[in-house]
Amino acid sequence: MDKLSHIEGSIVAIPVNDIDTDQIIPARFLKVTDKAGLGKAAFCDWRYLDDGETPNPDFILNDPAYAGASVLIAGDNFGCGSSREHAPWALLGAGFQAVVSTDFADIFRNNALKNGLLPIIVDAETQRQLFSLAEEDPSTTIRVDVESQTLTLPDGRGLHFPLDGFSKYCLLNGVDQLGYLLALDDEVRAYEASHPQRVATTA
Amino acid sequence: MTENGGARTLFEKVWNAHTVRDQSDDAPAVLYVDLHLVHEVTSPQAFTMLRERGLKVRRPDLTIGTMDHSTPTTPRNDLGIIPIADAMAAKQLEVFTRNCDDFGIPMHALGDEHQGIVHVIGPEKGLTQPGMTIVCGDSHTSTHGAFGALAFGIGTSELGHVLATQTLLQNKPRTMAVNVEGKLGVGVTAKDIILAIIARIGIGGGTGHVIEYRGDAIRGLSMEGRMTVCNMSIEGGARAGMVAPDETTFEYIAGREHAPSGADWEAAVNRWRELPSDEGAVFDQEITLRADELGPMITFGTNPGMGMPITAPVPTPADEADASRRIALDKALTYMDLAPGQPLLGKAIDVVFLGSCTNSRISDLRLAADFVKGRKVAEGLRMMVVPGSQQVKRQAESEGLDEIFRQAGAEWREAGCSMCIAMNGDQLAPGQYAVSTSNRNFEGRQGKGGRTFLASPLTAAASAIAGAVADPRALMSSAL
Repeated sequence: MDKLSHIEGSIVAIPVNDIDTDQIIPARFLKVTDKAGLGKAAFCDWRYLDDGETPNPDFILNDPAYAGASVLIAGDNFGCGSSREHAPWALLGAGFQAVVSTDFADIFRNNALKNGLLPIIVDAETQRQLFSLAEEDPSTTIRVDVESQTLTLPDGRGLHFPLDGFSKYCLLNGVDQLGYLLALDDEVRAYEASHPQRVATTA
Repeated sequence: MTENGGARTLFEKVWNAHTVRDQSDDAPAVLYVDLHLVHEVTSPQAFTMLRERGLKVRRPDLTIGTMDHSTPTTPRNDLGIIPIADAMAAKQLEVFTRNCDDFGIPMHALGDEHQGIVHVIGPEKGLTQPGMTIVCGDSHTSTHGAFGALAFGIGTSELGHVLATQTLLQNKPRTMAVNVEGKLGVGVTAKDIILAIIARIGIGGGTGHVIEYRGDAIRGLSMEGRMTVCNMSIEGGARAGMVAPDETTFEYIAGREHAPSGADWEAAVNRWRELPSDEGAVFDQEITLRADELGPMITFGTNPGMGMPITAPVPTPADEADASRRIALDKALTYMDLAPGQPLLGKAIDVVFLGSCTNSRISDLRLAADFVKGRKVAEGLRMMVVPGSQQVKRQAESEGLDEIFRQAGAEWREAGCSMCIAMNGDQLAPGQYAVSTSNRNFEGRQGKGGRTFLASPLTAAASAIAGAVADPRALMSSAL
């Protein structure tokens, strides 16, 4: 995972609540065995017309004015549905570094943080303001500072967002969590010795 | 937080018994995983990571694989083989076979006698037991909570963590008690209970929580009914749902392949009896539903929270005070091509799908078969019956259910996720309507442009006969 300390980028809004992982990336794209190239499948059924190839001119991500946006402003409860980590892989592949919503589904949030895609929780008023800013001026840029957990709006106002210390450490240092768990091997062995009840799948 | 003079919830007991390291200000808790279920779709990148870092699977003996998501459910050919038409799916299944072989993980390949949907085979093999922690790269892992296990879906990175270390970093969730009191009426099932709960709390209502389903209506359900309820916890936003183990649980487990036996059985049951939430244990949230007030439920929209009694009219967006909810409702009705205020009863449908990790177990098939017996699926309607596992399929065939379905004009297929996820050839055509016993009605979930009404196996069977959304109670009373 790459280090993520700052984001400065333009925003694009999809002001739809409960955007589920089947919209972020439909299941038919889950037959892959690697993570590459999923960006083109992001929001596929909204982004393309029925032929699956012609860009839907009414969908915001196809508007050239928003090309290159790196922060997605979404409706409430973003990422609900399945556990597919292909959802953050697709969003990263489509050029996003952060998603802003009032709330994220648990599994999506975990998956996003493990891949350096920052889920930023804001209040409903800020969300509305960001929807308006994105709509009124596609060149609107915002700044995000991971260390201070601050999202800075174009007017200079800084907003604090929640981020657990462990995830923050991993983002800032570009480390994944596996190293931490591997280092606990002695503790895991001690746990196994003191909790011997197991159901073996191989028995 | 959820403790009251030492009284603990079922969830807390299981959580506390599995913390290798407690949560601190610096890091989430480290949770030990008792059983890890893997399938072909969400695991390949995790195995790649293991290879890149030179790691082994720490406990292949606590891990089991099955093929289910991208597998076809088309009938076997003359050689007894289920043909795989999709080259990408075939490659994914090959990669999965190699991964399980290389890392020593027992695995049920397409067509083998125990292959099936990952959440069907765990319980039926007796691997799912009370008090365990169970994870899988699939959000419907919550199903196993029906046994009083803490079971939840994880992503592919976490899947790699469990393969390599048998542990996971987790922040402790909050708890929610959902009490379902009273007795279910005729024609009303576990599926209707969970659809009513999700309609009540909303698709994000359980976010950050583990639900414990309680009350006499839950106690009165079979294990398979409890699995249906726990299965859809994620559709209410909760990662896990649990039911306290009781005699029904023990009876279901006894004698299964991996169940303890002899003196071990007695010891296990004694441990399991300690698991139910203590009297006075406090939950962070609590809601209550009356089972006797429930009728068959159905969804009308594009997320599982958009559900209603089957007799109700489709809601009117203009009546919705909250602007974002009004927009969402309007968008959903446009996708579903439904008019505000329109009744769903009598709405013509194209497909009925009976299957998925929600409703593909033997009791689901029996319920539907009883209903269609001696009747015919409506002309022009396609009814697919997809057993959850090869074992369910064999059981159903031994009871003659396959013949009942075939004679009614339904398709009897091989085991798998099938049209629930529509990545295996089983899918709706654009614009088609389905009554489906699965768990998600998101746009395109059952095929691009397809439209899904989620309902119980009984409602699905009644709708297949009617060729339209139908209330099973109407046909049940006329048969008496």
